[in-house]
Order: sequence, then C-alpha cells, then structure tokens
Amino acid sequence: MAEPLPTLDVLRRELDAGRVSSLELVEAALARAERLEPRLHAFVGLRGAAASAEAAQADARRGRGEVRSPLDGIPVAVKDNQVLAGEPTTCASRILAGFVSPYEATAVARLRAAGAVVIGRTNLDEFAMGSSTENSAFGATRNPWDLERAPGGSSGGSAAAVAAGVVPVALGSDTGGSIRQPAAFCGVVGLKPTYGRVSRYGLVAFASSLDQVGPFARSAADCARVLQTIAGHDARDSTSIPEPAPACLEALSGDVSGLVLGLPREYFVAEGVDPEVLARVREAVAELERAGAKMREVSLPHTRHAIATYYLIAPAEASSNLARYDGVRYGHRAADAATLGDMYRRTRSEGFGSEVKRRILLGTYVLSAGYYDAYYRKALQVRTLLRRDFERALAACDVLVTPTAPEVAFRLGEKSADPLRMYLSDVYTVSANLAGVPGLSIPCGFAHGMPVGLQLLGRALDEATLLRVADAYQRRTEWHARRPPELA
Amino acid sequence: MSAAPHPRYEVVIGLEVHVQLRTESKLFCGCAVRYGEDPNHHACPVCLALPGALPVLNRQAVELALRAALAAHCTVQGRSVFARKNYFYPDLPKGYQISQYEEPLATGGFLDVELDGEGGTQRVRLTRIHMEEDAGKSIHDRAVAGQDGSHVDLNRAGVPLLEIVSEPDLRSPEQAGAYLRALRQLLRYVDVSDADLEKGHFRCDANLSLRPRGASELGIRTELKNLNSFRFVEGALRAEIERQAERLDAGERVVQATLLYDPATERTRVMRVKENADDYRYFPDPDLIPLEIESEALERARAALPELPEARRRRLAEAYELSAYDARQLTESRALADFFEAAARAHGNPKTVANWVLRDVLQALKERSGEIDATALAPEALVGLVRLVEKGKVTASNARPLVAELMQRGGDPQALVRERGLEAVADTGLLEGAVDEVLAAHPEMLERLRAGEEKILNFLMGQVMRRTRGKANPAAVRDILNRRLKD
Amino acid sequence: MARITREEVERIADLARLTLRPEEAERMTGELETILEYVASLEALDTEGVEPTSHAIPLRTPLRDDRVQPGLDPEQAVANAPERDGHAFVVPKVIAEDET
Repeated sequence: MAEPLPTLDVLRRELDAGRVSSLELVEAALARAERLEPRLHAFVGLRGAAASAEAAQADARRGRGEVRSPLDGIPVAVKDNQVLAGEPTTCASRILAGFVSPYEATAVARLRAAGAVVIGRTNLDEFAMGSSTENSAFGATRNPWDLERAPGGSSGGSAAAVAAGVVPVALGSDTGGSIRQPAAFCGVVGLKPTYGRVSRYGLVAFASSLDQVGPFARSAADCARVLQTIAGHDARDSTSIPEPAPACLEALSGDVSGLVLGLPREYFVAEGVDPEVLARVREAVAELERAGAKMREVSLPHTRHAIATYYLIAPAEASSNLARYDGVRYGHRAADAATLGDMYRRTRSEGFGSEVKRRILLGTYVLSAGYYDAYYRKALQVRTLLRRDFERALAACDVLVTPTAPEVAFRLGEKSADPLRMYLSDVYTVSANLAGVPGLSIPCGFAHGMPVGLQLLGRALDEATLLRVADAYQRRTEWHARRPPELA
Repeated sequence: MSAAPHPRYEVVIGLEVHVQLRTESKLFCGCAVRYGEDPNHHACPVCLALPGALPVLNRQAVELALRAALAAHCTVQGRSVFARKNYFYPDLPKGYQISQYEEPLATGGFLDVELDGEGGTQRVRLTRIHMEEDAGKSIHDRAVAGQDGSHVDLNRAGVPLLEIVSEPDLRSPEQAGAYLRALRQLLRYVDVSDADLEKGHFRCDANLSLRPRGASELGIRTELKNLNSFRFVEGALRAEIERQAERLDAGERVVQATLLYDPATERTRVMRVKENADDYRYFPDPDLIPLEIESEALERARAALPELPEARRRRLAEAYELSAYDARQLTESRALADFFEAAARAHGNPKTVANWVLRDVLQALKERSGEIDATALAPEALVGLVRLVEKGKVTASNARPLVAELMQRGGDPQALVRERGLEAVADTGLLEGAVDEVLAAHPEMLERLRAGEEKILNFLMGQVMRRTRGKANPAAVRDILNRRLKD
Repeated sequence: MARITREEVERIADLARLTLRPEEAERMTGELETILEYVASLEALDTEGVEPTSHAIPLRTPLRDDRVQPGLDPEQAVANAPERDGHAFVVPKVIAEDET
C-alpha cells in the first residue's frame, strides 16, 4: 500500500473496523518513506524493525480490547531534535555523531504512551536553525510539491513527510516559524502551541525562551488530537505551564459565527510580500466571513522590529545552549588533539555547519561585554513592546489572520548565500514566538502552483479557538485534501 | 589579634565563601549529593548536560539559602534571577554555570566577629548572598589520569552552593580567619551547611590589596583562589601581603592577577594575569523562571530561625553567670550549647556542669571529632556521672575518662563505674592500712609534712591513690593523714 | 563605520571556541556586519523605562521537592563518551591557557 495516507480519523476508523492492521499501516509508511527517500530526503533515520515490532504490539492490544487512545498503532514521525530513549538524535549536525540518548523527550513519550508508533526521525536545519532544511549535515529535504524547491524549515522533514503522505501526523518544533512556515510551504497544517503548553524536556534547545514542540497533520482535527496528547504540565520543564492539556477536539464545532477575526494592517503591507499570496489570504478571509466570522482591522505597530529582535535573542540563547557540544561527554570529538583547547576548537569547528557558527558568533557577540545593553537588553525590551502589541490586538479580536510566509516555497539554493534574506522569510512568524502566543498555519490555496499558508494567531492558551477556526475553514474548503502530484 | 599590623601599608581584604547547602539532592536535578564514590555515579541527563535536559530548582536549597540570608541580617530580595555564566571547562558540562548575578537572593547584611584576645567585636559587612551550582571535578593528577589527559567526574556537578561575599572590611589575615570561623559557625548553627572543610563544603577565595597608611583609594588587588582551610587562608594572606609589600617597596606596581598559595613554600604564585576582565556573557537563564520570595515565606523562615550564636552567647553568660570566654566555648556549636543547657537544667548547678563540659566533654570530643549530638552521651548521663563524683561514689579522676566511654557506648554511668570496678573506697580500715603502708615506706615524709612542707600532702595522697588504684575517696584519705599528723 | 571588525570576529570566535579559516573569518565578518546593520534599526526605538521580557508567559517559580531520584547508572552516563577510563570521562591535557 504505497498510496498517500488519509487523515488520522480515517485511519482510526479503518483500524477499529479491522479493515487494516497497525502493522500494515506502519510497514506501508516505512515502505513509502524508503521509496521516496532518495528524492525527498525527509528522514534522518527510519526505525524499521523496531517500529514494526511496536505496531505488532499495538495490534495485540487492539485484539485484547486494550486500545490506549485514538492514536494507538498510528505511524508518526518525529523531528530529529527530540530525543527517543535508546536511539540516536542528530539535530542534523555532525557534532552529535554517534550520540544515543539514554532518556526520552516528554512529548515523544506521551505520544508513544498513547500508542503512536514512531517510524522515523525527520530531517531539519542543523539545530533547527534555518528556514529551508538546507542547513542539514545530511543534505536538504525537498518539497513534495516541487522537488526543486525547499520544504521550508527548520522542520522541513516532518512537513514533507506529512505532505507526501508517509505519515498522517508528525512532531516538529517552532522557534521562529519552524513549524508554520514549512507547513505553509508543503500544504499541511502546522501548529505552534503557546510557549510552555508542551514540555520542552528532551527537545534539544535552540533558543529556550522561544522553542516549542507542536504537530503537523493534514487536518486541524488531527492537530487537535495530537496536541491533546502531548500538551499539559511537565514538572521537568520549569517553563511548562501548570495547566492540563486543552480539550481542543470538543471546541471543533464548525461554527465561527460571532468570532471576531483581526487583520493586522502591518502584515498586509510588508515589503516583499507576493501579491498572489495576499490574494489567497484575502480569499480565505472572505470564506471565513461567509461562515459568519466578523473581520476587523487591527494593528501590531512593532511588527517591523520583530525580525531584528528575534535575530538578537535567538542567537544569544543559542550561543549558550550550544556550548555543551564540546567533545567531552558525547558526540563528535576531533581526532588527536594535543590539548584541551585544541580539542574544543577543532571539535566545534568540524562539528558545526556555517549557519550554526554564524548564529553562535552573533549570539556571543551580542552577549559580550560592552554590547549586552545595546543589543541583548534592548531586544528584550522590544520584546515587551511586541508582547503588548498582541495583548492589545487580541483584546479587540479573537484570532489574528495573516499570511504564514510572504511567498511560496522558494527554490533550493535561492537564499542560502544570503543569510539576511533567509531570515526575512520569517517575518510573519517570529512575533508569535517572541510574544509566546499560539500560531497555526493551514493550506488556503495555491500560488505559482505551490501551496499558500494562512496563519492564525491567538491568545495565550487559546489553541482551541485557532483550531476551531481552522477546522471550520477546512469543513468549507478542500485545500488540505489536495495532494502533491505522485512523486514519479 | 596577635600579629602586628604592617608598618607602612594598610591591608584590605574581602572574602568570597562558597558553602555547600545541606540538601539531599542537587540544585537542579534529583541526583544525590554524595562524595567519595566512583566517578559519574550520581549523574543524570540534567547534570550531564545531555541535549534537551532542563533544570528545575530544589525547594530545600532555596529555604536553606533564605535561612542563611536571614541569619546574616541580609535583605532578601523579593525577586532574584538565575543567570548563565558562560565559559568552557571540562568539569562544566553545560558550558555555563547557573548562578545568580545581577539580581542575587540577598544583599547587605553583616556578621559580628569576636576578635581573639581583644574581647571586642568587629562588624564585617556582607555585599551579597546568592545561590549557584557547583562544577564537577577535573582530575589532572598524573597518577590517576595518566600523562596525556585529565579525568572528569560529574558527581559534584550541580551540587547547591551559597556564595557569600563580604565587603573589603577585613584588615589582617587574623581578622579574615576570625570572620571565616564565625561565618562557618553561623551556617552550622542554622543548619544550612555541614561546612565540613575537609569535604570541600566551605571554600574561600580572597581579594587582597595594600594601600599606604592614610590613603583612601584602594590599591590594585589580587585574588587568591581555593583556600580550603583556615590555616591556609591566613598563611596565604600573610604571604601575599609580603609579596605585594615587596613590590610596592621596590616602587613596582601590583598586577591584577589570580594567585595560588603553596603551603609547602609558604608563598603565593601567579596563576593567571587578568589582562582583560573575563567575558562571561552573563544573561538570565531562559530555562528558569525568576525566583520570587513572598513575604509570608520570608516571615515563616524568620520565625523558624534558631537563636543565633551571638545572642545565645550573651544569654548563656548572663543566665548562668559564665565568663565571656566560657560562654563562647559552650556556644561553639548549636549541639554543644543545647547539650550544656539540658545538662545544666538537669543538674541545677550550671557552673559545675560548665566545668565538666568545657574540660571533659570538649576533650573527649576533640579526640573523636564530630558533634556532641553524634555521640551516645546524653546530657542526663553526664549529670549522673557528675552526681556520682559529688556523692563520693567515684573519684573525679576516675570519672573523667568515662566521659569518652559514655560517648562511645552510651548507657548508665553508675553501671559503667561498677563494671570498671571504679567505685570509690570509703572503707576506713582499708584506707588506714594503705596510709600506714605509705608512711612506713616514706618515714621522712611525715616529718617534712609536720615541718610545714604542704606539697608533701599531695605526694602522700598520690601514693595512697596509687595503692588503691585511684579509687580512694580523697576526703577520707585526707582525714586519716591529718589524724596521723597529730599522732 | 564598520559595526564589527575582523579582529572582533576572531575574538568572539575564540570565546565560543571556534576556529575560523581565514576566508571563513572574512566572510563571517561581512555577514555579521550586514546582520548587525539590520538589527541596528532597533536603536531608533525608544525603550526608555520598558521592562525587558525574558519569559513571554508569566509563571510562578516552580520548585522541586528535595528528594533523590534515580539518575543514570554510571555505565549509561559515560556510554556516549568519545574517550573514557572506567567511569570517568577523559579529556586531552589541560594547559595553563585553558584555565579560566
């Protein structure tokens, strides 16, 4: 069965009806992943026999009437920056060569405790630093809609795996748009929950105050299911919000009448935004209006400072988070170093790729003596202003509606020579991370033959309303049901 | 202060003390705080800094830190922030140390230090008290790590520490020593730390500068690292005063540097010259939420504070009419003071009990090292022993060695006296026999005693005691001797 | 005026324990220059009196009870070590300039 997979709900009904087994689903997913891998390169590693064994156990549970959850026996994929006990984690970096984690990330553990079968670890920009998945030590992932184009990043592997129908759902992580932008580029749904909603324990840190784990799926309902499974307080993460997982599925009423959707002025006049992309977003807005939502223009006046703020805070945190990769306890170590200092320098210079080094240097610089106040502290202050923008805007409306990215998926290599141009492609997504609010991208049509993403941003802890709007939209449209032309 | 002040220079010393907090588990993870075991036996994803691991603050560490801050009269900050101090070293697994920097737990405060021999006290101001995690251990010893490398053991990585920084208020090595002893005593009093120097629970770095007498501006200071005993601190400071003074005398400048002290040569040597200030790139740790101390928690901690050594010293001196020196000795540790007070209450005559505690209990404790509450000696048992002496059931000299024995095995002093066959002999016939034997052996002595040589009495008493193996009731022997004298 | 010089790039590379090849240092200097130029737009923004945000979502300090939890067994702790001796990690010789 090398056909694209349907949504989670459909699969679950098939499993419940006994028309398919978990083992069949998992082996089909593995087979499809392997068949596509040479062209798509969505995976860093597939779990093969281990996944099949877990699927067989899920089937046995089903046979005994002990189904753990609607995710039991469902094949899923996990971005390779979330650790699985007893298995390698690479973060698509040479510096983690050979590392095998002795412990498991909370989100992954919760997904697996619900019965989901992880079939593989997906590709990413090294340490999640990038917007194209080109910065992987193992080579770029390609966009299933056009193999010459980038899938977005940094969770490009997870987005591509879901878009290509390998798995119905996958986990990603989003620090400045790393779930939403690839979701938009690959024509799938991607959700970045409220900061602290999903535990970061076991998520390899890039920028600790911005990182958040979240799901990719074909439908908002599937995203809701996964969020309910992985979210909720975790005592091992001090930044975890002490609230139970939200009951998102119950919120999917299909009804948006009476909801006020805000259109942030600044997001529709940004420099460099593709008019075709804006046209699709406006069409989606019109659709939601027809569904009964009210539209209202709002303002997020500090939006134009978001990228600068983000590219000060994220590298600063990263420069410190990545200091632990020193060749002492795990991962790569340069051969034959005579002294400790020599070992450190060679290990890190050999182990990290250019983008990671660039951000370590930038972060080290902005934290260093004499620059801290001018750069880092200043950025934290602007972050406050950005947060207030959202508080004010979301007091006047329930959900903000924007494009996810200013353009459709760009060509591989198109931006890799110009770091700043690459950074600017995060213009619509970074603010949500800085403000901590949830964000979601859903497919809303095509431009230049490539998917366009509609971004919904909401109040802290109000993922349910985002999912409700997305679900209502998907009940009225078919964009999310479109599949890439079979990858011949 | 015994040592004479430097004739030409005023000495300015500030101390930074790192104290290990008495917790079961580490500051940010659940690994046990334990030493003396094989490398990396107390390590987990958090303290090994595995990818994805995150810190969670230990509640007890916060409570102990609060207690220390209150005991040192500090102002506890309603909000304090854990920052990352970034530097590379193999025993620092994350590549940064989590420590409080710009916003520490507590500021201000002071310690009143009693000065030896001078009878007065000196108030040493504290700059701040903050929490931080310890690093692991790098072992460079060739015997362990071989020629070409070092070993790294992370058992200690993440152990909770309190850093206590004094103002540069100290003016001599002896003052520094007195301050450290007082600080250690205080921390032990409030149960914040075992402050065991040998186990590295209490470590000191010192900043020292000299300035010409009368000058107001501070001189260039140097930093002395890793002074792990009080003797070391004083020795190192003396050596460094000498080194700096020699330079200044020769018209040279003191260079800002970090030095190590070699106790074998009694000299300091430069480890590292600080050309530029270290660039540790401190910033608030995004993995941790700022620590907020609510006023209720603060009041609870304040209410739970035990009586502090200074106050107890004063109270004991007054209530039991003890000398300042005795009161100080008796309050050396909280356990000892508790023991003394319990025994004094049980006995009724604090003076007598104080003598026993100061002489015999302290002597026995010194031989075994450790606190009184770690021994089997109950206050009631000491009182029982004292009463046996007072009733003449055992001689004082036979009773005194029993204190150590009671510490070892506990139990009833009367039973012990009996078991050892030390019950005092008061049988007049037996004692008269012994006295007569002694006088017969030393006939000239009686004459000398009659001639007024008082010390002869002691000699004769001693001889009788020897014959009775110390069990003779001294009063009875003295009576018999006096009678023979008049015969 | 350049916002960052080649020498500064080399100094921060050293702080970060990275060694840059000459052409890499040259290129990084240019790229960092461009990025710093861009982020300098924040300078114009008045942030006088604005509290910095380190955490977007306000939370109370979570505290953990002081109880020992099982960690890794020592064999697991050093299983990933590039070099080990028994259960100790082994690193190359530490020389004076490595001391901080």
